[in-house]
Amino acid sequence: MPRTQLSLASHLVRLENEIDFAGWRDAARRLATNDIPPEDVAWQVGHDDDNRANDLPASRQDTRLVVPRDFIERAETVICHSDPERFNFLYRLLWRLRVEPKLLSIASDPHIRRLESMEKAVRRDTHKMRAFVRFRKIGDGAEERYVAWFEPDHFIVERNADFFVRRFAGMRWTILTPYASADWDGERLAIGPGAGKRDAPAEDDAEALWRTYFENIFNPARLKVKAMQKEMPKKYWRNLPEASLIPDLIAGADRAATAMIARMPTSPAPHHAKVKAKHWPTPEPADVVEPESTDIPGLREEASGCRRCPLWRDATQTVFGEGPETADVVFVGEQPGDQEDLAGKPFVGPAGKVFDSILDQAEIDRRKVYVTNAVKHFKFEPRGKRRIHSKPNAGEIRACRWWLDKELDLIKPNLAVALGATAAQSLLGKAVPITRMRGDVIQREDGLRVFVTIHPSFILRIREHEDKEAERERFLTDMRKVKQLMAA
Amino acid sequence: MAVFSVREKLAILSDAAKYDASCASSGSAKRDSLKSGGIGSTEGSGICHSYAPDGRCISLLKILLTNFCIYDCSYCINRSSSNVPRARFSVEEVVRLTMDFYRRNYIEGLFLSSGVIRSPDETMGEMVEVARRLRIEEKFGGYIHLKTIPEASAELIEKAGRYADRLSINVELPTDEGVKKLAPEKKPETIRLSMAELRRKIEEKAEPTLQSRKRERFAPGGQSTQMIVGADKTSDDGILRASARLYGSYHLRRVYYSAFSPIPDSSAALPLHNPPLMREHRLYQADWLMRFYGFSQPEILAGSNDGMLDLAIDPKLAWALRNRGRFPVDVNRADREALLRVPGLGTKVVDRILETRRHRRLRLEDVGRLCHSVAKVRPFITAEGWSPGALTDKLGLRQTITRPCEQLSLF
Repeated sequence: MPRTQLSLASHLVRLENEIDFAGWRDAARRLATNDIPPEDVAWQVGHDDDNRANDLPASRQDTRLVVPRDFIERAETVICHSDPERFNFLYRLLWRLRVEPKLLSIASDPHIRRLESMEKAVRRDTHKMRAFVRFRKIGDGAEERYVAWFEPDHFIVERNADFFVRRFAGMRWTILTPYASADWDGERLAIGPGAGKRDAPAEDDAEALWRTYFENIFNPARLKVKAMQKEMPKKYWRNLPEASLIPDLIAGADRAATAMIARMPTSPAPHHAKVKAKHWPTPEPADVVEPESTDIPGLREEASGCRRCPLWRDATQTVFGEGPETADVVFVGEQPGDQEDLAGKPFVGPAGKVFDSILDQAEIDRRKVYVTNAVKHFKFEPRGKRRIHSKPNAGEIRACRWWLDKELDLIKPNLAVALGATAAQSLLGKAVPITRMRGDVIQREDGLRVFVTIHPSFILRIREHEDKEAERERFLTDMRKVKQLMAA
Repeated sequence: MAVFSVREKLAILSDAAKYDASCASSGSAKRDSLKSGGIGSTEGSGICHSYAPDGRCISLLKILLTNFCIYDCSYCINRSSSNVPRARFSVEEVVRLTMDFYRRNYIEGLFLSSGVIRSPDETMGEMVEVARRLRIEEKFGGYIHLKTIPEASAELIEKAGRYADRLSINVELPTDEGVKKLAPEKKPETIRLSMAELRRKIEEKAEPTLQSRKRERFAPGGQSTQMIVGADKTSDDGILRASARLYGSYHLRRVYYSAFSPIPDSSAALPLHNPPLMREHRLYQADWLMRFYGFSQPEILAGSNDGMLDLAIDPKLAWALRNRGRFPVDVNRADREALLRVPGLGTKVVDRILETRRHRRLRLEDVGRLCHSVAKVRPFITAEGWSPGALTDKLGLRQTITRPCEQLSLF
């Protein structure tokens, strides 16, 4: 066991064991409240033959010693480090913290850098133990047990044992290391003394399967030995059943990759023709002229593959109109939004909910009207996990008018409602000022009456509660007018 | 057909699965075996239990249920015209292997994929049965990732989500044209619809139900996808554009990029060369810029000539060199967004700078102690006692920085 030089120190602290945090904390409190500087203290683990007791002064009640809670947690981690200087180092930090309470936040301070690197080493070792412990099974049935041999760099068995309990509660297992062991009998965790490699089983039948897996999941065309060794340093290899394969896999990789590239493509496998004939029969030659659909379902089907503008590329699907073919009124919105794009139905998102509730209040039955959009694919800009709606341009509106015209042709409503500027532009063939024309009924050349109002999403965008309510009322008034016009 | 032993099947069906890059076992709900009395836990971050000499982590038992497949995708080792040996695991065999490996701490869980045999529902049904038996009969609490077959029925997807931590559907190639050309039987439209449906399900189940007020379990680890890089001609800008669309539209946890790799018995339809590993690495870095560094997709390659990421330097440095007008940034005053754009400063370093500077003004040496390579950072920041002067706009800056950085390169 490494011992600190004692000669110059005037105080000696003896700790119970390598991770005796309570002992360290008690001693540190006594020393610090009595103003004993780190240079005057030596730390050691275990007792000498002379069995001399700690000669520490009692902590002084009149001196307040306050340290950040964070420090306690970090010190508990660092005390598991194998560096024999750690006890003194932690006391030195405590010493500084008395006059520099913000010290832990100063990441550029050399002592804090060291604290971090020690914490990191302990955490990494803890993580690697969780990764590289390999259990070997002994016994069967009621006698079944799993035993592993592992060699950690730091004193981490105690802090890591709970992880293995949480993971393998339903198993009886033991992890042996040179300085301590952990044993779980299915109900109770016991930390015991260290052991030797020979105390663990020498083999396990499942290892042959594991090695087969390791060999075959490796892609020789992507050899990156350094990347492997960075995460799985050689020091761990001796206890990993798969690691002995590594040298041969590396040596053969180049040959295997070159062989794959050099090999000429072969002719298709014998069963391929049969599979093709059965599952992918060549389609009947398509009719030269596509029949024009004469109903809405047919039109919807045609539109599902629409490539009249590039908006299909980013959208999930065409969102076609919905409602009875015999509807008296057709509501036209701008374009589907995020929710509509996923569901494939118009007006089902937040604006759709506003729209529905106002229609309800105006006593218009949504099931009896036809609802569609001027543009049938969602146009957006991705921003992280959101899609920001972008306004369709004149070209896109024009391209999609092909479908809206066909919908109107088939339904022949006596009224169309333009919800917002894009819908009005599509229905009237030119951009019109919505605020000025709101509530107007315009007769198109083909006789169709178009009622102009805002898009319900406009209401959603108003922040002030009162303004929002007022706008909602205005829209309700508009819908009541629509209700009257429907009857006319 | 030859009768294979489990070990022979394992050799064939893990060889057939290795071209799927995803191996993550993180980001799921917390679970442990103390309550169930079974085996297995997930605790947020995943664990890599081994590393193959290709540098890839081995966290999950990644296998196919079968490599028989009715599809003929030219980039795939299992396409129906390929001459590779074919095998098929039984449900029981996969359950046994998973449990045997897990008990010995070889793995975090199972990543099960499959070639499509007979019908999508039949194949998906067997995969779901594996997951069900692991969860219900074996009380398995480890990680389960199921590859989802886009054409499978809604009920099967519902069940898959109940037992699995993560579901994924591969878009395979960044453009629909690419899919049509190289995987003629696959339908990009169906893939999109399936991803949309998964997002809807995940969001719906995340809401407490009206009756029990509990959340139903449905793929708590979300969904992911994979794109093959270098099998078609799509530029990096096009690939990143597809990723940005997928993240935004379907709330994917991850998009995996897989450098197209030569396969045994390859198709004549594809170029045969070593996989473009550095390109793949740069794409991951650019993906990180979008997800953690506040970059929008079009920014990353704006101003580049060919829409390709620079292979010699990382995408943030390349961006900074094209946008020198935004530098230098004052490490003692700049906000988090601006600091995140400084080459060489990662998210952790930025957080430490923000914390430290509340208590003291940072000098260049201080920044040097916090980050890996001060040579890369220096031209782009001002600090107490340090100003880069004309260095930021120096013509040969790229060379000055790349030389010392090369030693740190991953490859």
